[in-house]
Amino acid sequence: MSLKGKAYIMGAWEHPTRDAPDKTSAQLHAESARGALADAGLSFDDVDGYFCAGDAPGFGGMSMVDYMGLRNVRHLDSTETGGSSYILHVGHAVQAIAAGKCQVALITLAGRPRQGQGGRPGGGGARPGQLSDGPPEAGFENIYGGSTHNTYGMCAMRHMHDYGTTSEQLAWIKVAASHHAQWNEHAFLKDVVTVEDVVNSRMIADPLHLLDCCVVTDGGGALIVTSPEAARSLNRPKVKVIGSGEAPKGPSGGHCLDLTCSGAVWSGPRAFEEAGVTPADIKYASIYDSFTITVLMQLEDLGFCPKGQGGRFVADGNLISGVGKLPFNTDGGGLCNNHPTNRGGITKVIEAVRQLRGEAHPKVQVANCDLALAHGTGGSLGTRHGAATVILERE
Amino acid sequence: MSEAEAKPAGRAIPAPAVTVESKPFWDAAAEGRFLIKRCTACGKAHWYPRAICPFCASDDTVWEESPGEGEIYTFSIMRRSPTGPYVIGYVTLDEGPAVLTNFVDCDPDSLRIGQRVKVRFQPTEGGPPAPVFRPL
Repeated sequence: MSLKGKAYIMGAWEHPTRDAPDKTSAQLHAESARGALADAGLSFDDVDGYFCAGDAPGFGGMSMVDYMGLRNVRHLDSTETGGSSYILHVGHAVQAIAAGKCQVALITLAGRPRQGQGGRPGGGGARPGQLSDGPPEAGFENIYGGSTHNTYGMCAMRHMHDYGTTSEQLAWIKVAASHHAQWNEHAFLKDVVTVEDVVNSRMIADPLHLLDCCVVTDGGGALIVTSPEAARSLNRPKVKVIGSGEAPKGPSGGHCLDLTCSGAVWSGPRAFEEAGVTPADIKYASIYDSFTITVLMQLEDLGFCPKGQGGRFVADGNLISGVGKLPFNTDGGGLCNNHPTNRGGITKVIEAVRQLRGEAHPKVQVANCDLALAHGTGGSLGTRHGAATVILERE
Repeated sequence: MSEAEAKPAGRAIPAPAVTVESKPFWDAAAEGRFLIKRCTACGKAHWYPRAICPFCASDDTVWEESPGEGEIYTFSIMRRSPTGPYVIGYVTLDEGPAVLTNFVDCDPDSLRIGQRVKVRFQPTEGGPPAPVFRPL
């Protein structure tokens, strides 16, 4: 398929400043975005694809999406190739638009190299008394001792408050993971644990106990994605990507903060719609499990059960392969197997591929596994994160 | 100042990163005043403060002094800390926006979602004082 003529550049705006001592880089990004959108006759709410390079303030594109209040982003790309990034982003935007992943792509660049240490926003960390130009949220958030543990703890606390979710229900997620990990010779934790073991383990960040947390491991992984033609020429079972969706989520100016749900409420439906299947069709699910609460919230948000019913859904072994209705993380997941460089997304896809190939451990292999989902959130559910969902089919 | 307020917290707060955009907030904080940003175009207050409104993209954002009162939206007690447990959480300000902060001057185990809290400022390590919240 040629991409020739599949997209148009309809807005372009150059910031007039050449010396900006009184504005942040984030502000220059937003002003530039506003200029280009006005030029096109569009608004921030029309933007559903956002592109920036690695020098944009914050974490990937997520800080800038949140700073600008972009509410409808369903395609995010922070590919970094230095000064050429923005030309490359045009090509990437064409691909995304042609694929139906977005309709209005916003590409921004801004910075203040004339302002000394503030010229490289990624550098951020100014000494006391000096002005910074780092992530715009940093001064207001990074000083309070936030970690993955306690920011996810905040989500669990609110979920319990709103829906009556219990520590025992969360513990079932760890129990299920441990049942799977016992068969994985490489798993970091191989011992089967009970609900009592989890709720009696020491509290780390209320209401999350030690055994509600994932492991910290070294390691890695890799994937090969090919064209249908290349796939046909290779002597391996074919795992077809039939749906994908993505979405950032953040505090968005502090209104409507809802820490009981994740960006999966947007990424999931997009992936299911593209795949033409429903959660009920999924035979196996890889669900990012940085903490037990991460799994519970994402299962709800993906539609495996109604919002607020996650506690009941995961209880009594419902996630254990061969026992429950939705086998999950049959490698033991991040909770027991591994969490290479504190990024669990790639292992989620790898175990889904094993299941679809019929190459999972025989004790956890799902019978007739022809449809699987892999889903994750990165960043923090308690502040800002990016959600991503893929749906895979055995051909 | 009550005895509870004078008691230093176990965990030292690092100096906040101050930008040209946020400097008025931190200058006011040094005077014990809690500012939020409000957009005069759409009328909404937002947090953290920005030059451009995150709801309507207007430049017409103005600083507004807030009593700094609201209710606890959620929190978590961090037990894994060399300086003793501390509490991170969000306050929903009466003006609307949610603010990430620490809850102080309290028995962490007695905190409840929905509890009324009020801002106070706590010294930081070489920077301007930071807004933290205590139960009312």
